[in-house]
Amino acid sequence: MLITVSNWLLNAAFILYVISTIFFVVAVTGKRWSGRDPKEHERRFGGIAYTIAVLGFLAQAGYIVCRWIASGHSPTSNMFEFMAFFDFCIILAYLILYRIYRITALGAFVIPLGIIMLAYAYVFPKEVTPLIPALQSYWLHIHVTTAALGEGVLSVGFASGLMYLIRTVSQERATKSTRWLETVIAVVLMLIGFILMDSTYARLDQNTVFEMQQQQMDGAGQMKNVQVEYTLPAIVAPNGSTIIKEGPLTPIGEAPAWMEGKDAARKLNTMIWSVLSGLVLYGILRLILRKRIAAALQPSVSGIDPELLDEISYRAVAIGYPIFTLGALIFAMIWAEEAWGRFWGWDPKETWALIVWLFYSAYLHLRLSRGWIGTKSAWMSVIGFVIILITLVVVNLVIAGLHSYAGV
Amino acid sequence: MDTRKCECGHTNPIGTMLCESCGKPVDFRDTHDAQQQAFPDMRYEGMARRSQTYSRTIIDRIWNFFSSVKVAIYLIVITLIAAAVGTIFPQQIYIPVPVPTEADVANFYADTYGKLGEVYYLLGFHNLYSSWWFVLLLVMIGTSLVICSLDRIIPLYKALSKPRVNQHRSFLTGQRLFGETSSEAAVDTEAFMTKAAEQLGKKGYRIYREGDSLMAEKARFSRWGPYINHIGLILFLLGVLARNIPGFHLDQFVWVREGQTVAVPETPYYVKNENYQTVYWDENEMAQNLDLQGKVIPKTYRTDAILYLNKNADLPGAEPDLVEIQKGPIVVNHPMVYEDLALYQSGVREMELGALNFVLIDSKAGNKALGNLKLDLYSPQTEQQIGNVKVRVIEYFPDFIMGTDGKPATKSNQPQNPMFALEISADNGTKEKLVYLQGGFISDTENPRYALDIKMPDLIDITGLMVRKDKAVPFIYFGAFIFMVGVVMGSYWQHRRIWVHREDQRILMAGHTNKNWFGIRREMEHVIKALEIPILIQEKGKS
Ligand code: HEM
Repeated sequence: MLITVSNWLLNAAFILYVISTIFFVVAVTGKRWSGRDPKEHERRFGGIAYTIAVLGFLAQAGYIVCRWIASGHSPTSNMFEFMAFFDFCIILAYLILYRIYRITALGAFVIPLGIIMLAYAYVFPKEVTPLIPALQSYWLHIHVTTAALGEGVLSVGFASGLMYLIRTVSQERATKSTRWLETVIAVVLMLIGFILMDSTYARLDQNTVFEMQQQQMDGAGQMKNVQVEYTLPAIVAPNGSTIIKEGPLTPIGEAPAWMEGKDAARKLNTMIWSVLSGLVLYGILRLILRKRIAAALQPSVSGIDPELLDEISYRAVAIGYPIFTLGALIFAMIWAEEAWGRFWGWDPKETWALIVWLFYSAYLHLRLSRGWIGTKSAWMSVIGFVIILITLVVVNLVIAGLHSYAGV
Repeated sequence: MDTRKCECGHTNPIGTMLCESCGKPVDFRDTHDAQQQAFPDMRYEGMARRSQTYSRTIIDRIWNFFSSVKVAIYLIVITLIAAAVGTIFPQQIYIPVPVPTEADVANFYADTYGKLGEVYYLLGFHNLYSSWWFVLLLVMIGTSLVICSLDRIIPLYKALSKPRVNQHRSFLTGQRLFGETSSEAAVDTEAFMTKAAEQLGKKGYRIYREGDSLMAEKARFSRWGPYINHIGLILFLLGVLARNIPGFHLDQFVWVREGQTVAVPETPYYVKNENYQTVYWDENEMAQNLDLQGKVIPKTYRTDAILYLNKNADLPGAEPDLVEIQKGPIVVNHPMVYEDLALYQSGVREMELGALNFVLIDSKAGNKALGNLKLDLYSPQTEQQIGNVKVRVIEYFPDFIMGTDGKPATKSNQPQNPMFALEISADNGTKEKLVYLQGGFISDTENPRYALDIKMPDLIDITGLMVRKDKAVPFIYFGAFIFMVGVVMGSYWQHRRIWVHREDQRILMAGHTNKNWFGIRREMEHVIKALEIPILIQEKGKS
């Protein structure tokens, strides 16, 4: 019952964020509509968009409370819950930074980022699963929530860094900067492409099932038949497998032999589809817009002082860095000490948290001591976000470790 | 020591950026740092740092190398890339299949990941984080932290502890935030300064006055943030190093059967497993109905344990004399902790053979059951009396294999495949030998009188306890705590200074902060508005 309510609240939050984004887009693009006072227009629509975003945030907070009560633990224990929580933190960080700087366009970039994360969460199984022994520690909840909050704030740093680049990179002719900027946008589109593909095929029920021999990892090392099920049409089949249920496509090839784990080939297949669909989306957008995407986005930020964007981006990093350190490293160490008797074990997930931290440490030093501000600093915040995504997504799904959430 | 003379006549030490006497920026064209040529970096209020002062001897060079932020950034970035490389394939400790020998390890990488895996192994990336060069990187970061802190702490202290109130005009105009009244301002200096002080005070500034000048300052302590966080990091790294001191760090593992008491390796303690239990989530405990397809989800792994101290631990060869010191459950995430020893629930082998059960049968007496025989697989009794029959264990191989020399042997001391050779002798003079292996019997007699009927064996759980001692951990946490304090000080507060100065009837206002210019600018503009003077604050590098 409570779980139904919580799911309902989360859906409501999703829809509210989408509506809020629409208003934000109107607020920043509609300024030059005829017969309007641009300032007044932005103030009005920006205000509505912000209010709706706050409502979405409250709905999502309601989701968290309900789900927490229903399950008895913080909703951060599987990939669905974590990504939804990450989205929540991004929105929270946005609300805080908006209070300080009050830039309308910020919402037009951050809220969609939050929507993507929430949509990504929906790809994973939504059930409330009981906690396995390793996860039953309040330190775990403190650790994951704080780390997610830190990552959320750093993500806002990414959004405003990206805005800075869109604002300042000259779109007169193609340069290295424009190409990289388009690449970043294309990568975001790949994530969207993946979400669209996966949620479409999950409904279509067009699974392909393979069977293959696999060595068991239980120490005895025996060979056993295992089945792998693809939701998406198969482009690459697992190495040495046979199809036992045909899907919409006949695989073109096999995954390389070293991609061993049961799900490695399926992940490769998903990856290929993400890249393809992202490129298709990008191509369509380019055809519609008839210019670089960043060039099309430029007018939405043209009214903003780039230095202010630079400062917001830096401020987000300065606020996010200590929270991230506390959550993703220090609390993680305390928990690891309690659960496994070692505060640090170079598990892939731990290592990637350290990489994120070292990266942002380098960012701070470069900025404070070597004068890396503006463009360089904005690129750093973009790269930093990519590393965070690697930590949250790639490490969980591709590099298996102690922390990996089961699932997709 | 070389010296440098200012216009005002004062002689400054080399490396100084602002004249110690009058505060005028000293000419910089010959410094190596291009950034500082335009206007002195105000970070140390122009105080000299050792690294910018000497560069002659080897020691100076090393000092300068490690005190350079550029070098520090390189070290951080190299460490970061190396750490990432180490996650491409699993580290040796995370290999999912058993690899008892180095050859197995090599094969694992070659077989699983092909050519790339082979190279990975050859380069030593499978043990990257304990490789000498990775450790060296960390040590270099530590060295750099120590040296860069020493290099800067004293100049920073000097700079922060005696701020100059009455600054030179060129100092003020050189600030990033600067503004002045365009014409003569017809105000009374004293009254104006008092009002300005009041307004700035409202914003949380501390006010310093001197003649026609005023300086307002806020959050000076935040400048110490980076130094405190670096000290925290140094303590942290020292803590990590301390784990190598003998006795500081212990990492062992014991398997304990139910009912068994074993010595905890490298300690005077013994631990007893009274009972082990795995509990699974019950359907109606779950918040939502899940389709588990017959699978179960574990809820707790729990060992009820007793910890003993062996009072005779120091007497070699003496029988252990155990006293109970602690009793309680060991659950995942809740280790049993006694002083600095901690026992973690970290593995289990459930339903293992503990003892074989038989019924002894006398076939000559109409297959009469004579009684039960229990063969404990861990400490078999050598002789048991059943009625008037004596059963003696002649040989026992817990994990039987036929050795290459044709003789029976055991592969391990775990009873995976127990083999017993028994001698059954009765008061009536019968003496028979019997071998038990894999659920069957072989007798040395044609028509044996005595037989064994197999019953349900005793199954036991064996718990795996990790034994840890880490005396450095509190120290490491302390370092982490100091780091956090420093980072928060440096990140959530910004050091701000605002100068208000009256010169030639004009009012000059300048502001400096180490970060977050938007905030200080907003404060300056707020104060200007409240003071009702026509000053427009210009920000350098901004149109
Ligand atoms: C992993 C290692 C390190 C971490 C995590 C770290 C962290 C930090 C942080 C968080 C700040 C504050 C930045 C800000 O407030 O924006 C800082 C500042 C600084 N760090 Fe580090 N640091 C590290 C290593 C080093 C090393 C090896 C040096 C040696 C040269 C160094 C030199 C500095 C300097 C000079 C500052 C600026 C201080 C100031 O101007 O007030 N850091 N560091």
